[in-house]
Amino acid sequence: MKLDVEIGGLRLKNPVMVASGTFGFGKEYSEYIDLSKLGAIMVKGLTVKPREGNPPPRIYETPSGILNSVGLQNPGIDGFIKGELPFLKKYDVAVIANIAGESVDEFAYMAKKLDIDGVHAIEVNVSCPNVKEGGMAFGVKTECINDITKAVKKSTNKPVIVKLTPNVGDIAICAKAAEDGGADAISLINTITGMVIDINTRKPVFKNIYAGLSGPAVKPIALKLVYEAVKSVTIPVIGMGGISSASDAIEFMIAGAKAIAVGTYNFVDPYCTMKIIEGIKEYMKLNNIDNINDLIGSLSTEI
Amino acid sequence: MLKKIISNIEISSGIYKMVLEWEEKAFPGQFIMLNCGGRTLLKRPMSICDIDKKILTIVYQLKGEGTKNLSKMKPGDSIEITGPHGHGFDIFKNKKILIVGGGVGIPPLLYLTKELKSEKIYIALGFRSEIYLIDEFKKYGEVFIATEDGSHGKCGYVTDLIKDIIDDIDIIYGCGPKPMLKALKEMAIKAKKPCQISVEERMGCGIGACMVCACKIKDKDNFHYKKVCKDGPVFWAEEVEI
Repeated sequence: MKLDVEIGGLRLKNPVMVASGTFGFGKEYSEYIDLSKLGAIMVKGLTVKPREGNPPPRIYETPSGILNSVGLQNPGIDGFIKGELPFLKKYDVAVIANIAGESVDEFAYMAKKLDIDGVHAIEVNVSCPNVKEGGMAFGVKTECINDITKAVKKSTNKPVIVKLTPNVGDIAICAKAAEDGGADAISLINTITGMVIDINTRKPVFKNIYAGLSGPAVKPIALKLVYEAVKSVTIPVIGMGGISSASDAIEFMIAGAKAIAVGTYNFVDPYCTMKIIEGIKEYMKLNNIDNINDLIGSLSTEI
Repeated sequence: MLKKIISNIEISSGIYKMVLEWEEKAFPGQFIMLNCGGRTLLKRPMSICDIDKKILTIVYQLKGEGTKNLSKMKPGDSIEITGPHGHGFDIFKNKKILIVGGGVGIPPLLYLTKELKSEKIYIALGFRSEIYLIDEFKKYGEVFIATEDGSHGKCGYVTDLIKDIIDDIDIIYGCGPKPMLKALKEMAIKAKKPCQISVEERMGCGIGACMVCACKIKDKDNFHYKKVCKDGPVFWAEEVEI
């Protein structure tokens, strides 16, 4: 059975990745699963300097979903290279470094610094809703997506994946902006902005008022956006948003996602990625699919 | 892992005690994550109240949908659990100990008190009104009680109970609501006594990956965030900002 896929020159042993921000730098989950069995690890979003992140509360549960407002707490790019990357290098797994700059120059600077052994691709985060500078402010403007992608491409030899936000009117033009900027792939979705009010205090639960919604609740929305993105570009699309089972993952691939990433569900069940990989294999066996690439984009819309 | 429920009963208004089959080792102050079912997505963190041979006890308060579902589970039902998680209390031997607990912060202190095996243990417990777990604590030390409505023991807060004891002890352990921990921390600093407290914050994963259970740690004139689930839930009182 052939499970490997290629994302902009990067070969993955299987299409199951873990989404940035939901897996730390792998250490915690290595106590539960063999990291080498994953297709890739998209590490926690990195910034030039270490960031402390937002004050608590940082999480709120809703039916089938969570809202988070972590605010990119991370050890900074140097902290990642010195403190986290050596651990990840011990595993036979593709490491995708997620970078979140506050300016085009910062994105380019980080991409250049990460053009090193042990990093297999760069994911450009223009879609975090929980930071004031950069983040989603960039991701909702096509010219910003385009400029940042171009600058990152110039600064690195690694495949460049641009992570899109769902908080836009037309995902197709954002996907196109990334492709035109030279992106090797796109990934979507980041979280959907939402809000929660404490009815006793009549105040928002989160200090930033808005936070990012993820989890099974967002899956149908993510699937639709991935499908639209797949139709609008020729580069590979990595689908994510509420994937919690093999059947969820398979839906995204039928819609055209070349690979998928599990996010929030890692918190619910640290073993879920392994269950998903096994579930995909079972599905392929049951449906006589020898090569996963035959499944990708096999959607028939004639109903 | 799936664990079987042995019993699940209400021991006080809105306070439940669940006993589970358990094989794993755990230290006092550690917690487990339980899948509460229903419409809940994330597992719920619960402190370990006691471990005895092959059973584990948790004591929880009905708060939201998760604990409501939990309270409806029956003996014989299986429940999905991960853990034990977190950094528990440090055990110091041959010391004069003061245990300070408030409300649902009291349960994890029982396992601690038992494991301390110290000759002199003062146990100060504060409740709103109804009391629970008192007999269990009495096995291991001298128990003092305060209730906010005066229905049992001294009328007032748990911190009122320890004013006369604090100078005579070597180490303090505390768990309870934030205002109680804040008051306890101030008293411990004033009395120059080492004090470990277990703090609470909303959690996502419970294993240190999601970064949502941030807790402020003093860092000279500044601060940085540590994770309650992995770096805690037990911290030295003087390092943590409450």
